[in-house]
Parts: sequence; structure tokens; C-alpha cells
Amino acid sequence: MSDEANKGLLSPLRRKLLMGMAAVPAITMLPRASFAQAPATSAVNTTGLAVTDTEVTVGILHSATGTMAISETGSIEAEKLAIEQINAMGGVLGRKIKFIQEDGASDWPTFAEKAKKLLVNDKVAAIMGCWTSASRKAVLPVMEQYNGMLYYPTFYEGLEQSKNVIYTGQEATQQILAGLNWIAKEKGAKSFFFIGSDYIWPRTSNKIARKHVENVLKGKVVGEEYYPLGNTQFNSVINKIKLTKPDVIFTDVVGGSNVAFYKQLKAAGIDLSKQALLTISVTEDEIDGIGGENIAGAYACMKYFQSLDNPNNKTFVPAFKKMWGEKTVIGDVTQAAYLGPWLWKLTVEKAGSFDVDKIAAASPGVEFKGAPEGYVRIHENHHLWSKTRVGRAKLDGQFELIFETADLVEPDPFPKGYQ
Amino acid sequence: MTDNRFFNRSEFIGILVLAVFLVVVLPLTLDVFRLNLVAKYLTYAFVALGLVVCWGYGGILSLGQGVFFGLGGYCMAMFLKLEASSVENTKIQSTPGIPDFMDWNQITALPLFWKPFSSLSFTIAAIILVPGIFALIIGTAMFKRRVGGTYFAIITQAVAAILTILIVGQQGYTGGINGMTDLRTLKGWDIRPDHAKIVLYFFEVGCLFACIMIAQFVRHSKLGRILVAMREKEDRVRFSGYSVANFKIFAFCVAAVFAAIGGAMFALNVGFMSPSFVGIVPSIEMVIYTAVGGRLSILGAVYGTLLVNFAKTSLSETFPELWLFGLGGLFIAVVLAFPNGLAGIWGDYVQPRIDRLIYSGKPKPAGWTDSSVADGAPAE
Repeated sequence: MSDEANKGLLSPLRRKLLMGMAAVPAITMLPRASFAQAPATSAVNTTGLAVTDTEVTVGILHSATGTMAISETGSIEAEKLAIEQINAMGGVLGRKIKFIQEDGASDWPTFAEKAKKLLVNDKVAAIMGCWTSASRKAVLPVMEQYNGMLYYPTFYEGLEQSKNVIYTGQEATQQILAGLNWIAKEKGAKSFFFIGSDYIWPRTSNKIARKHVENVLKGKVVGEEYYPLGNTQFNSVINKIKLTKPDVIFTDVVGGSNVAFYKQLKAAGIDLSKQALLTISVTEDEIDGIGGENIAGAYACMKYFQSLDNPNNKTFVPAFKKMWGEKTVIGDVTQAAYLGPWLWKLTVEKAGSFDVDKIAAASPGVEFKGAPEGYVRIHENHHLWSKTRVGRAKLDGQFELIFETADLVEPDPFPKGYQ
Repeated sequence: MTDNRFFNRSEFIGILVLAVFLVVVLPLTLDVFRLNLVAKYLTYAFVALGLVVCWGYGGILSLGQGVFFGLGGYCMAMFLKLEASSVENTKIQSTPGIPDFMDWNQITALPLFWKPFSSLSFTIAAIILVPGIFALIIGTAMFKRRVGGTYFAIITQAVAAILTILIVGQQGYTGGINGMTDLRTLKGWDIRPDHAKIVLYFFEVGCLFACIMIAQFVRHSKLGRILVAMREKEDRVRFSGYSVANFKIFAFCVAAVFAAIGGAMFALNVGFMSPSFVGIVPSIEMVIYTAVGGRLSILGAVYGTLLVNFAKTSLSETFPELWLFGLGGLFIAVVLAFPNGLAGIWGDYVQPRIDRLIYSGKPKPAGWTDSSVADGAPAE
């Protein structure tokens, strides 16, 4: 049933709308058609959420200020775009989506406070939000206590699964293993040097990567170093890299530190066209700051690149740029954030209800064929089935797709043998 | 009744008004969510109160109160986290029975220094003693060598930075930058539902008034007068035979213990503790609360904290992208226009009019009011 709904609603209409050609007739026509079939509010909302006969309210909770604003702005923009597109198509169960935006201010307890405000005061039907693992960890108890629904966009460390969260980014094994396999096969890589920022995501990711390198690829980890968030001095680790000469530098340095790291690598004479470097933390957004000339040649392993060549992405990218400006770039997380409102809409329609319990139960199996990354489906564990891709950074700041897995990779947040 | 050594008449009325405001007005007008936010704001009021004693009266500007707030908060959070990490709750982990962040960091047994925190009485003692002793060590090291003023402020900043780096770096033992989340029960009593939030709020208000009384006592005792004398002319006090350092250490320790109680209340009310309350920025923010309230006024500290945090919450809810500018503007306006903060506004404009109404014809009551202390108070 959800299949038919998806097909009918998404592909043809949406494309037309995005190109702006059929916008006027579609907008005047669609809501009327959907109001006619809109079910009664009392039937689709039994738990007192902010749902009226014409509107449903959701929350957007990201950092609009503070150090994380630079990363999270893309997610806010993608979510607003998705909501606007859904509204242009008639909304959800005949109701327009209205959103309340709150600022997490790059401060984890503020995230918890605002999440609580959205759930308790505003009674939002769902929250699109959070970015760092720390903010998600702060919000999670609130979501579980007040039975909210969170759509979380970032690739993250795994080891978590909640009825109240849909993880639209990749968990660590999904993101890392295929990339390591590829680089081991393609480059014959045997020795790896790990560099990460010092917090839970890089540490867990590197733990998984180490087990994979040692136990599956039968390679060696010749170094593992961590730096505080915001660190800008990488000279000592670059010297160690020069001494150990690893086949692959594997990095999960996050945020602004990347700018210093790649500039210093280049200054130290490490040529990324000869020295293989695989990053799981640099998207088009970060390259904006690093500068294409400093990182060209590096490989990135994630699920989405702006340059992906598929029909969905070819309508998504222009629509995004039309709304937010020609100069914007779209990274992996931005795309994952765009999935949130759509997956929620599809799940609500599948469940025929806004009730969080029903949405949580209906989520497994929901498919989104209009995803810019291609087809995605929600797994029983509330993560997404998705492909993993390797791209190579180019001078213009975009990635060139080098490799993608043939099939969707199964999300496995509690990987056996990797803990 | 009103003329004992704790407070004079106008102070007694002020405390009464605050009590009515916190105990009756707010719980009746706010829903539980907003009341819990007030509880969160009030945890900072403990810090601001400590700063009134140590900065306002003693003249010791500490820009590292977040350290003590954090130590108190972490002690409480460790107890709550241990209770939330029962084998039953953590059976999904590779080592059940230890806090989740330890499991993520490949720690397989509870570290030694965590073990005593399974006892509530030890935890309560630690909340007071750990920051108290730490402040004693810093205070002794600094004040005995006559390090004061700006140098002392800089050193407290450094301590705040060091403690943050330590907590973030030792994430296997402290939860790192994520902090300690998902605190659930206190001796089996769930601290998360609405009725628990209300109980915790009143408990906190009770503790706050206890601290206000202590601050009042310090201020009206001989000790308080020596503190003020020391702030005004340290050398004269020293030549009169007082050990200036000991008084300074005492004031600093009182401020530290107040901050620690606030931190513990924070962990209880918010169910959360993270290094973002320990570092330099939150420490400076706490000084701002005191400055806005008026650094010489005990009650001003409470009102200042409430005002700044209310502004923070409501501005950020209304203007999610621009609110920081609004808040910055508020600080600049207060400092430029009213150097003595809210208490200064009260003392200069409101109080004289009320006095004129009440005491028209009668002489002014003798007593030590805010404005008489504020006269000629130099900036640090």
C-alpha cells in the first residue's frame, strides 16, 4: 500500500513541481483534492499532538548559533526545503506542515531543554534535529520520556537504537567497512594510520575500523592519534605519518580542525594524489572551508555526494540551490536531513495516524524512492538501508564518484565482533 | 523581631517578597515545564550568591566558578549515573553494570574512584568537601602568597580551562564532551516525572534560602565587615593585625561550596551534567548574572540570574537566529546605564520612594542597607 502511495505522490509530480513549471496549477489543485479525503483529526491524533484539521506542527532543532552552526545550517535548510515541497503537494494526511524552529546553540543541555519545550509545550508531532552525538545523547532521554519522534540526520557511531528515533544517516559499520574493503582491494593497502578528534564518534569508528583492518583485512594499524575538538596543530602527527609511511591515512577529524589538518599536510609535502587518504568526516561543506586545492585527491567514504548522477538528485540539487542560493553546497548530512520530513510523511500516511506509537511501529519497511541518494528503506532497528559510496575530492570542491556498493548495506548498530 | 544580627527591616521584607515569589507565585502561575526551567535558572543563583560573598564583599573576582559548579554537579551525576546503570538497565552492553560511556570506551570494570559514589551519604559529603577542599588548596596557594586581583582572576580561568580539558580528555571515566546523560532515579525515586520536578523545585528553593541566610549571616557578622574593609584597603586591615589571607580563603571557599550545591541541584533538576558548565565561558556567564543583579546585593544575585536566563530562553525561542545579539545588547546596556545592576536601580530609584511613603515624617531606620555599602565601592 505504501508502495502505491509513494509512486503516485512522489516521482512525477514532485519533479514537475521542483522545476517550477507546474507549480501554480498543482498548488491550487492538490490541496483541494487532499482535503476531500483528509481524515478527521480525532481519528489520526489520539494523543493530543498539535494537529488541527488543516495543520500539523513539527519541530526543527539544530544549532543556528555557536560553533556547530556552520555544519547544522545545511540541515536546517534541507528540512525547510522538504517541508515546503511536501506542503506544495498537499501536506500530510491533508494537513499543511507548520514548523517551529528552536536553537540548540551548540550547547547540549540547551538541546535537551528545547526538545522538552517542543514536546511538552508545543506538542509537536515530530522533531527533525540534532547533529552531534552529544546533542543526541542529551535529547534521547527527553524523547523517550515524553514519547516524541526524532529524525536524526548525522552519520554516527552506532551502539544505540530507540523506538523514538529514526536515524537517517549511516551508523559506523555501514559507513566504514565498505570503504575499507574497497581501499584494501583497490590500493592493496595493508598499513593504516588513524587520526581523529577526541570524542565518542571518532573513537568508536576507529575501534570498528581497527577490528576490521586487523581481523578481516589482515592488515596493520601503525598509529592511532586523537586531538581535542578545535585543535589546529597537527605537525607532530604529520611527522609520525612521514616516519611510519602508512598505505592509508584514515581520518575522522571533525569541524574546523580539518582546515588546519589538510593545509599542514600539504605544507609538509604529503601529496594526496600519491598518499592514499580516506576520510569519513569531510563532506562538500567542510571542503568549502578547507579549499579544494588542499584536499584534492583524498577519498571520502559516505553515502551521498552532491555530484551523484541520478534523476532524484538532479531535481534535488537545483531545488536546494534555488531556495538557498547558487553558492550553497550539499553534503552527506544535509541530504540525510532532507530525508527526515519525507520519511515522516510517508510513515504517517502508512500508519494513517500522527500518533507516535503508531509511527514507531509503522516505520520499519517504509521506503522513499525520491531520495537524492537513491532508494532508501527503514530497517526494523530504525536505521536506513543505504548504499555506501567512495568519492574522490576534486579541485572545485566536489567529489567524483569512484565506487558504490552494489546493494544496500544493512544497518547494524550493535555489530558483533566489532565491540 | 526584625532587628537581629541577620537582617534589618527592609532586608527582611525583601527576603519575604522573594520567598512569596518563588514559593507561591511561580508555582501557581507556571506549568511544570517552565517551573523546571526556573529550577534550572536557580541552580545558577547559588553560584551568583557565592560570587556576591566573594566578589561583592571580599573583592575577590573569580572567573572560574564553573569549576566548583562542575565538581558539585559531577559528584551528584556520578551517584545518579551509577544508579541508572544497574545490570538490568545496561544488559545490552558488553560489560553490563557500568555506565554506558565506559562501555563505549572499552572500560570493563568500574574505576576505583567511582566506587564510593554508590553511597548517597558519601556523595552528599563529597559535593561539599571536594569543591571546598579544592578551593582551600587554590586559595591557600594564591592568597598566602598575596596573589590577588587580576592575577587571581586569570589563574581561576586557567583552572577552568584545565578541568574542562581533563574531563573531555578522560572520556572513559567522565563521559567526555557528551557528559553524563540519562540520569533517572535517586534511591529508587524517579526524578523525571512532573511531580518529582515539583518536589525537587521546592527542595531547591529551600536550599537556596538556607544559602541566602548563610550569606546574610556572613555579611552582618564582624567577618563581613572585615571582608569589606579588606576590599577597601587591604593593607590597613593587615596592619591592624588580621590575617587577610585567611579571610579571603574563607570567602572563596564559601563561594565554592555554594556553587557546588548549585551544580548538584542542576544534575538533579536537569538530569544531565556536561563539561559545558565547567569551562571559561560558563564561568564568565555566572559573573554576568551577579553583575546584572548587582554584585553587592544578595537578593539582586537571585533576581539577576532569573532575569538573564529568562531573557536567554525567551529571546532564543522568539528569534532563534538573532537572539545572541539581543542578549549581548542587554548586558552592555545594563553595565553602561546601571553599574550596580538591578539592586542599584532598586536602591537609587525605587527604595527612596517607598521609604518616603512609609517613613514620611519619621527618621530613617538605622541599618546597613545596600546603598550604604555601595557608596564609594571601587571596581575591582
